[in-house]
Amino acid sequence: MTETPSFPEPVISVRNLVVEFATRRGPLRAIDGVSFTIGKGEVLGVVGESGAGKSVTGSAIIGLIDAPGRIAGGEVLLHGKRIDNLPAEEMRRLRGRKIGMIFQDPLTSLDPLFRVGDQLIETIRTHSDLSASAARERAIALLAEVGIPAPERRIDGYPHEFSGGMRQRVVIALALACEPDFVIADEPTTALDVSVQAQIIALLKRLCATRGTAVMLVTHDMGVIAEAADRVAVMYAGRIAEIGPVRDVVKHPLHPYAAGLMGAIPTLSSEADRLTQIPGAMPRLTNVPPGCAFNPRCARAFDRCCIERPEPALPSAALAAREHVASGHRVACHLYTAREDAR
Amino acid sequence: MTETSKPAAGKGAVARFLESDIYASFRSSPLAMAAAVIVLAMFVGAVLATLIAPYDPFDPAKVFLSDASLPPRWQDGGDPRFFLGTDDQGRDMFSAILYGLQVSLMVGGLGVALAALIGITLGLVAGYVGGRTDALIMRVADVQLTFPAILIALLIDGVVHSVFKGISRETSAIPVLVVSIGLSFWVQYARTVRSSTFVEKGKDYVSAARLVGLPAPVIMWRHVLPNVLGPVLIILTINLGLAVITEATLSFLGVGLPPTEPSLGTLIAIGNQYLFSGEWWIVAFPGATLAILVLSVNLLGDWLRDALNPKLR
Amino acid sequence: MLAFIIRRMMQSAGVLLAVTLIAFVMFRFVGDPVNQMVGIDTPQAEVAKIRESLGLNDPVIVQYGRFVWKALHFEFGISYQFRQPVTKLLAERMPATLELAFTAAGFALVVGILMGVYSALRRDSVVAKVFEAVSLVGVSLPTFLIGILLIYLFAVILGWLPSNGRGQVVRIGSWWTTGFLTSSGLRSLILPAITLGLFQMTLIMRLVRAEMLEVLRTDYIKFARARGLTARAINFGHALKNTLIPVITIAGLQLGSIIAFAIITETVFNWPGMGILFLQAVQNVDIPIMAAYLVMIGLIFVVINLVVDLLYGLVDPRLRMTMRR
Repeated sequence: MTETPSFPEPVISVRNLVVEFATRRGPLRAIDGVSFTIGKGEVLGVVGESGAGKSVTGSAIIGLIDAPGRIAGGEVLLHGKRIDNLPAEEMRRLRGRKIGMIFQDPLTSLDPLFRVGDQLIETIRTHSDLSASAARERAIALLAEVGIPAPERRIDGYPHEFSGGMRQRVVIALALACEPDFVIADEPTTALDVSVQAQIIALLKRLCATRGTAVMLVTHDMGVIAEAADRVAVMYAGRIAEIGPVRDVVKHPLHPYAAGLMGAIPTLSSEADRLTQIPGAMPRLTNVPPGCAFNPRCARAFDRCCIERPEPALPSAALAAREHVASGHRVACHLYTAREDAR
Repeated sequence: MTETSKPAAGKGAVARFLESDIYASFRSSPLAMAAAVIVLAMFVGAVLATLIAPYDPFDPAKVFLSDASLPPRWQDGGDPRFFLGTDDQGRDMFSAILYGLQVSLMVGGLGVALAALIGITLGLVAGYVGGRTDALIMRVADVQLTFPAILIALLIDGVVHSVFKGISRETSAIPVLVVSIGLSFWVQYARTVRSSTFVEKGKDYVSAARLVGLPAPVIMWRHVLPNVLGPVLIILTINLGLAVITEATLSFLGVGLPPTEPSLGTLIAIGNQYLFSGEWWIVAFPGATLAILVLSVNLLGDWLRDALNPKLR
Repeated sequence: MLAFIIRRMMQSAGVLLAVTLIAFVMFRFVGDPVNQMVGIDTPQAEVAKIRESLGLNDPVIVQYGRFVWKALHFEFGISYQFRQPVTKLLAERMPATLELAFTAAGFALVVGILMGVYSALRRDSVVAKVFEAVSLVGVSLPTFLIGILLIYLFAVILGWLPSNGRGQVVRIGSWWTTGFLTSSGLRSLILPAITLGLFQMTLIMRLVRAEMLEVLRTDYIKFARARGLTARAINFGHALKNTLIPVITIAGLQLGSIIAFAIITETVFNWPGMGILFLQAVQNVDIPIMAAYLVMIGLIFVVINLVVDLLYGLVDPRLRMTMRR
């Protein structure tokens, strides 16, 4: 049960992150108090419906939230140093060099008018003093590493001459070109053929494992999470509902939403029926209910859920024992704190 | 209307409009509101020109050469009877502008309406029928699009006047201008409607309407058209500005409305002759009226495009 | 590549054929060429003879073929008004129009792109708002009104620049005349060129701005930012290059309409170009000139279209690929 891998040094820490978008009808909270850390070589999967705030979290970490959005609270630390308040130019130097990012659609992530090699060389030379020829050799090596056949020839090709899977390999090469310590992979396989998805995930996992890169893997595909992630965070309406070791969360989800997402029922409940779908839809961010954001859809909501907002916490000890909850498994649900109150 | 919980339920179209996002965005855009007020004022002024205008500038019995070329009232030598001064023949500028506005707006409006009618019809047919018909219509549109509207209008004007030699410009000017504008501006509607029709055609409700056995024209007008009206409305607004400009330009070039029945363009053309002799007001006031009218219409068009397409912002 | 060019040329030829057909119909049926050439008292036999000599009794298709054949040799007959060959009249006035059009196009392109890029990159700045206001006024003011305004300001009030004509021109070769080589010629060019180019300039500015904002929103720009590239490399390397490709097309087509729009500017500034000639032809129903002008404008458009397409292919690697196929 205590197989939680130990990741001693957190590469990235997010504390109480709040992201707001200014709209005509006042600020809209896309991220509302999200906290997590990712250690060296660790892969944190982030799942949730679209609009839950997965991608915004990634953009906020890498400092690419555009107006009208802004980080309205909390902090982001890289190796213990705050980066969310850095001047734009310093943040730019971090991007690509210390933090890499992989986007969803490889077909649109590459500039169609520039040769693949030029885009790689440009990135390498932005962050290092390599000469043009050295950067080109490095680029060829990178392409070889991500599994592009005949890289010394393909380096002069344009993006449209590559297939979708090959382009995503190029994107990965670009994101890892400067050996960043932390990579955000935003739905890296969603736009790809199923047959290619597994290859790309395996490639990403292998490259990051050998380099000790910390990874935030955003996806809504539970299969990808199960395959690639060490830990998983379930997001709902801009908040983390549940976070813990991947096997735990998948097998024993505690939060009713997470349980619904896993297509299973919480074993705690006695009226155990199969829960195949979650009724209703995620609330609009303009209209998040008070208390637990999930309460209108939750079959097991009670009074407190509509008043008090649950914070991610370790379940009570008794529950943890009964539910075989591993250490490090936190859930934001009153079901797991209510008993203590009653005591 | 079935949602009784909403306050808008059961109210008329006006009330629903007042609560809509479009109206909200209108209220929050002072520029759009100012433009709307100006356009509205000009429309009213044009429609009621005969009532509002202090003089009938085209009644020879009431126009005196002794009043010719008087500057505006506030200038030295201005005459209190003529607020904006008079032109070279003693006509009151303010009245002439109101009458000119009426002609300009009528020609522009009718021209745009004709263009929209032709364009929407051809666009619906092309998009709905597809195949050869579509290819033919769009080819014609392509070829025409390579020629500026003003050139097409000039050609049509020239051809009409050579075919109907007996007709004087006085009687033929307005129909010829309307047809010229209509035939010059239809392409944009056709293209927009056609591409939207393609999209709508694939949707389930059209298939359903077809299954029920509704005839194609009914499906097109009643079911497809309402869904493509948004972009058409935007084009309509922007084209009204263009059409007024086109009419004014043709009249300025001397192939539009004659001096006996002047539009704003004709007035400007007349005034242009007196620019060097210092009688600036003969050209300035019609020019400013035209500029403000078109600017306001364009502002409205721009705003409408942004309001109907929030994504473009 | 070759196949692509050939296919495009076939299309162009098709468009040109359509244009000549319209011109021919105008020429042959709208204004009866014979009626224009003879007086009222010309005997009937004489009329018939002219009719025969002009080939007007041949089948229409033959006449059309002859019209196209002559058009290929730049023969459009005699102007009704001037009793001179149309080709000669057009050739005399062509340099004036082309010099004006190219100057205006250069002005529109350079200033329009600069303003567009600036207002896309600094879209909340005061200057960008001013540009936007200028562009709105630019598309709202009719060309002739802009011309009148400029004349009043710079010629009547300030007296800095001439308000009509081409100034002194220098003859180059057998028929070309240029105003580029004299100071009065250059000074005369300024106001008409601005007048003619202003509308296109605002169009290009708005287009560049919209296109660039669109490009700045794309994934590859986001990815470039996520890789930490400098703002300079992103804006002027990636974004600008992607922006300018569609702009090439529109700007090219604009050049064509500038030549046609010159009709208005030439009238305002009394510029001795083809536009005035065409306008006089429309007013006096001088069909041969109208037909010739139409065919010529069609030719210019088609050539520009073709050049733009080929240029496009050279710049955009994606198209280069399809063209090779």
